[in-house]
Amino acid sequence: MCLAVPGKIVSIEGDDPVFRSARVSFGGVIKQVNLAYVPDAGIGDWVLVHVGFALNTIDEEEANQVFEYLRQIGDLGEMENEEAK
Amino acid sequence: MKFIDEYRDAEAAKRFAAALRHITSRPWTIMEVCGGQTHAIVRFGVDELLPKEVTLVHGPGCPVCVTPVELIEKAIEIASRPDVIFCSFGDMLRVPGLSKDLLSVKAEGGDVRIVYSPLDALATAQENPSRQVVFFAVGFETTAPANAMAVFQAFLQGTGNFSLLVSHVLVPPAMEAILSSPQNRVQGFLAAGHVCTVVGYEDYEALAARYRVPIVVAGFEPLDILEGIGLLVTQLEEGRAEVENQYVRSVRREGNRQARAVVEEVFEPAPRTWRGIGEIARSGLQLRPAYAAYDAGVRFREALSQAGSVGVEDPDCRSGLVLQGLIKPPDCPAFATRCTPEQPLGAPMVSSEGACAAYYRYRSHVKRET
Repeated sequence: MCLAVPGKIVSIEGDDPVFRSARVSFGGVIKQVNLAYVPDAGIGDWVLVHVGFALNTIDEEEANQVFEYLRQIGDLGEMENEEAK
Repeated sequence: MKFIDEYRDAEAAKRFAAALRHITSRPWTIMEVCGGQTHAIVRFGVDELLPKEVTLVHGPGCPVCVTPVELIEKAIEIASRPDVIFCSFGDMLRVPGLSKDLLSVKAEGGDVRIVYSPLDALATAQENPSRQVVFFAVGFETTAPANAMAVFQAFLQGTGNFSLLVSHVLVPPAMEAILSSPQNRVQGFLAAGHVCTVVGYEDYEALAARYRVPIVVAGFEPLDILEGIGLLVTQLEEGRAEVENQYVRSVRREGNRQARAVVEEVFEPAPRTWRGIGEIARSGLQLRPAYAAYDAGVRFREALSQAGSVGVEDPDCRSGLVLQGLIKPPDCPAFATRCTPEQPLGAPMVSSEGACAAYYRYRSHVKRET
């Protein structure tokens, strides 16, 4: 039920804050999405979509943080593997 | 797809698991609250990668599973009316009521429609002005902004033939109910990333402090979940109980202010009964009095008050224990025998987020643990 899927805004229609909507591409599949909750979102932005609503814009810089954490703790894992040899 | 595939890298997951083994020295029990995370964990075998000291238990975060049977019965009754078009997310149609489900109402000629969004139900109301269109508004904080907006748009557009049958639930009161139970064995929580995308995680800070339990907001892909578990184990090993945010690409501390404002405009907190668990104070949402005209429970009150429900819930179904993390699905005597997705005894076997469905689908080789 709480599934939300990232998609990219292709075009935007309307400027009323409640009814503003976008065509959003999910790997090529286009759906109409309400933008009331992402007033700053523009064409080309990635949004997280749940039951027809964009819940936020995805922070592309923060999106890589998991890999930074992995690099940090991954070094520990490699140390352990070295010890095991 | 971008922002999904890179978080499913199997090699990276193995490196994570090796690092986790390095930082874990004692047994820890962690609950993932959200059914979406349960499915990812079982589907990708995240639990099988973990050090043997770390036990994952599955939480109540499946709105379909916890919707009380009384409300399913109300839905069945409303959906059976000839003047009604009843719209719902697909998962709800096969949830067993006392004697039947919504799908059998449809088979008997009821106008029951599956929609993707509450806005589709609102559009259906606008296209069918002579019919009553009712949307079954189930969900957690993630879905509340969508359902609130459907009502708000109906109000702005003067769509009088649209209403919600509301069964909204909230996560923090359920976590508190689990923590305050004498049977509790949960030492750390993975909190649901999309719930927190909407409401943020300020509410969790009080919970973490009061119960001395670390809480990490996490995403839904295997690497997100592994990182979340890593952050939890680190806190547990160091004796810390803080709220951390793993899902930084989506979650801000304050959540989404616009979404919170519309939810606050349309809904107010209310007591809610959780199927299999019982009533929890202020654990749900109901429409505010100003929007009572859009409440299907009010609109059909006269018709509903006449009804008496017949039948009982199946006594073999252990979904209440599964939803509280006290047993795992294969421990239920009915699992994969009397209870299957084709013939479900309980909602967790139906829902795409139910723990029983996850084990049935991805671990059907695992029968009862002996």
